[in-house]
Amino acid sequence: MEAQILFDTLKGKFGDAVVELQGEGCSPAFVVVAPAKVNAIARFLRDDPALSFDSLMCLSGVDYKEKFAVAYHLHSLKHRHAIGLKVMLPRENPSLPTVDDVWPAANFHEREAYDLFGIGFEGSKDLRRILLPEDWEGHPLRKDYKYPDFYHGIKV
Amino acid sequence: MEALALSLVHAVPPLAGVPLWTVTLLLMVVAAAVILVFALTFEGVGSLVLRKVAGDIQARIGPNRVGPNGILQFLADGVKLVLKEDIIPANADRLLFKLAPYFVFVGSFAAFVVVPFGVGLIAADLNIGIYYVMAVTSLVVIGVLLAGWASNNKWALLGGMRAAAQIVSYEIPVGMALIPAVLIAGSLSLQDIVRSQGGLLGIFGWNLFHNPFTFFSFFLYFTAAQAETNQTPFDLPEAESELVSGYNVEYSGIRFGLFFLAEFGDMFIVAALSTACFLGGWNVPFFHVGTLPWIWGNLLSLGVFLTKAFAMVLIMMWVRWTLPRLRVDQLMRMAWKYLVPLTFVNLLGVSLWLLVFRGKGIPGMIASLFG
Amino acid sequence: MTTRTDALPTQEMTINMGPQHPSTHGVLRVILTTDGEVVTRALPDVGYLHRALEKIGERVTYAQYMPFTDRLDYLAAMNCNCAWAWTVEKLAKIEVPERAEYLRVIVCELNRISSHLIAFGSYTADMGAFTPFLYAIRERERVNDLFEMLCGNRLTYNYARVGGVSGDAPPGFLEKTKEFLDYFEPKIDEYNNLISYNKIFVHRLANVAVIPAEDAVAYGLTGPNLRGSGVPFDLRKDEPYSVYPKFDFKVCVGTGERGTLGDCFDRYMVRINEMRESVKIVRQAVARIPDGPVRAKVPRLFKPPVGEVYFRSECPRGETGIYLISDGSVNPFRLKIRTGSFVTMSIFEKVTRGLMIADVVAVIGSFDIILPEIDR
Repeated sequence: MEAQILFDTLKGKFGDAVVELQGEGCSPAFVVVAPAKVNAIARFLRDDPALSFDSLMCLSGVDYKEKFAVAYHLHSLKHRHAIGLKVMLPRENPSLPTVDDVWPAANFHEREAYDLFGIGFEGSKDLRRILLPEDWEGHPLRKDYKYPDFYHGIKV
Repeated sequence: MEALALSLVHAVPPLAGVPLWTVTLLLMVVAAAVILVFALTFEGVGSLVLRKVAGDIQARIGPNRVGPNGILQFLADGVKLVLKEDIIPANADRLLFKLAPYFVFVGSFAAFVVVPFGVGLIAADLNIGIYYVMAVTSLVVIGVLLAGWASNNKWALLGGMRAAAQIVSYEIPVGMALIPAVLIAGSLSLQDIVRSQGGLLGIFGWNLFHNPFTFFSFFLYFTAAQAETNQTPFDLPEAESELVSGYNVEYSGIRFGLFFLAEFGDMFIVAALSTACFLGGWNVPFFHVGTLPWIWGNLLSLGVFLTKAFAMVLIMMWVRWTLPRLRVDQLMRMAWKYLVPLTFVNLLGVSLWLLVFRGKGIPGMIASLFG
Repeated sequence: MTTRTDALPTQEMTINMGPQHPSTHGVLRVILTTDGEVVTRALPDVGYLHRALEKIGERVTYAQYMPFTDRLDYLAAMNCNCAWAWTVEKLAKIEVPERAEYLRVIVCELNRISSHLIAFGSYTADMGAFTPFLYAIRERERVNDLFEMLCGNRLTYNYARVGGVSGDAPPGFLEKTKEFLDYFEPKIDEYNNLISYNKIFVHRLANVAVIPAEDAVAYGLTGPNLRGSGVPFDLRKDEPYSVYPKFDFKVCVGTGERGTLGDCFDRYMVRINEMRESVKIVRQAVARIPDGPVRAKVPRLFKPPVGEVYFRSECPRGETGIYLISDGSVNPFRLKIRTGSFVTMSIFEKVTRGLMIADVVAVIGSFDIILPEIDR
């Protein structure tokens, strides 16, 4: 399905929560949505028969210097089309609803985004650090991250 | 032993002054020492052969650095084990931890006493031979349980529990599968069982060919005995890829060496018992070994026995490197739902056969047709 | 947790299948809570091999990042190299010469064979049959020899480049590849005779950890794990890239031939059959490879246009998807690598409930995970 048609369908259903379509230079195209409605939009994308995005390919956190973003890449096994979803978040306390009840695959990805960026996912069934030790301080993939000098007495 | 002591005293006059019991005791010690040397040598060489056979089957060479073609590898291993640091885990139960290897080793080694190596070569021809072997090899269970518990390690505990369950469960098929040989010979003594397979029938005098039920019980015995000795496909207690070596994970140095040696000793006992009970023991086909002078008769029968026993050991190694491992519930199911009923039915079959055909086997009946 | 039965109180045991363990295929820690031999909870704890590959990507150039992709999945390094090359080429719309694409497909499929050999060998070794592992290593050595001939390296190849491959195949490489294929194809039948249909092996694997197709898709499983549950989705056929449309091969799907559809045995057989298909592909590629240059002209300090691209390719362990954001400079702005093994671990906890400890090992082996992919 064409990205523009998808964007129009979503805009028709969710109105202002769907912000814009980033088609230039983006493959697959991104539909930027507001954080609050992410779960509802995700559920619609999965359940609507014409869309049926049943597979979450990837969920990544991004640090665009002024703001954070969470990028979702979705794919449909039935219709063989793909789309991206993007949510822009402020730098202080970035947080958005989880989608792991829509796609259970999201859980590990969300834990990674939390671990490396500090992005909180409300309602997640299990949000802990995944790659770094439980007691690590800071979120390394942020652009303004400073490496600690010592970790438990070991020079980093 | 008494008879031997008497003949020794008569042969060597200066010994007449010594009380008989001392001479007997001395002879027993000498016999035990000889058996110990044999057992340790076999276990050492066996470990090397195992690795070479493994190498052959796995398309590689095996040890070939120590000595020509690697034949001194077991000596190097032995020296290494003796020289290693003796580590006892901090919270382990020290007494039980130290005691466990001895139980396992004694359980394996004490069974060597009744193995019939040759016509006159048996350390003690007990008239409860098979019964004694069954009883003594059960000591291994205590040793393994102690090792698993005393290591203060959950993996060792799991290994010890599995081993105990496995060995105890497979005792029954092992015993039941050996009884047909006892029934045919009419005696529990191993020398009697071997002698009953001798005579003019040659190879067909073996218990293996006596009747279909004993043929079957040979395979039942071999399978169940492999489980007794923790060989793959039944090597769960020391499943290296799951339990990281199971009950002997915390052992190092010569304590581990004792477990290791006991495993080979057990392998030999199984091979020796299956040879003695089913494959004719030290009998040479179509030849009465007793007619030869003492020394040649013994050497010949020893050679024949060892050939057969080593062939069985090689087969065990072959199976070990071919088959994957059974899971613990599949193992227990195999013992209780398949082997136990089969061995009981088998025993019933042998008893009925002996009753109906008055103790004669198929080869015997065919031979009597020709006179 | 203490439960009271009639006579004896029992307690659940927490065992650490720790980072150092012969069967966890790397430094994977699984915290097992067991009731005797039955696992009530198996919690994977990953991150012991985290090397910050994504952060490193933000400070090296596109060409400099190629050796890092080798270490992403060292058993399928060619696939990871090519995945990175294809991603950057998609972003910058670079035209790759056809000979280079054929060479890439040849090495990717050869690497798929060697990766599946390791998966097969280590799986059977975990199950207690030590011999097939060494046979697999023996075949893999021959593949390593081929790669050494091609690029000089046996494990971390660094062979693909943005715009092509680093060097052409030396004379004799294609003949040696054909020799290897002729030698290897009957071996797959030998392995099936030896171990695949062995009764004990089948009993260990059949009906263990059945994953129905909807669960597999919902939890994001990809590659052989997804196909083992009966979903016939293979990126090489359904979203073809490079020159894969020119080759004729089957998509191997689990059939539930011994046990249920989606159990460990199906996933295992999918890998065995995929080796056969890879042999077919390499044969066709070697027969049809055209002449020509092997590298497109790409400037030294390469600056792709601003944009965001997501490209996924079929690696032996699943799909490796790379989400690349470029801001027009010589370094990537953000680089996210989504690997098959990482997402496969998400279903691990669900699938191991109620299994025995020995089955946990079987499950880890059937997923064919590798830790550098999970931890990056």
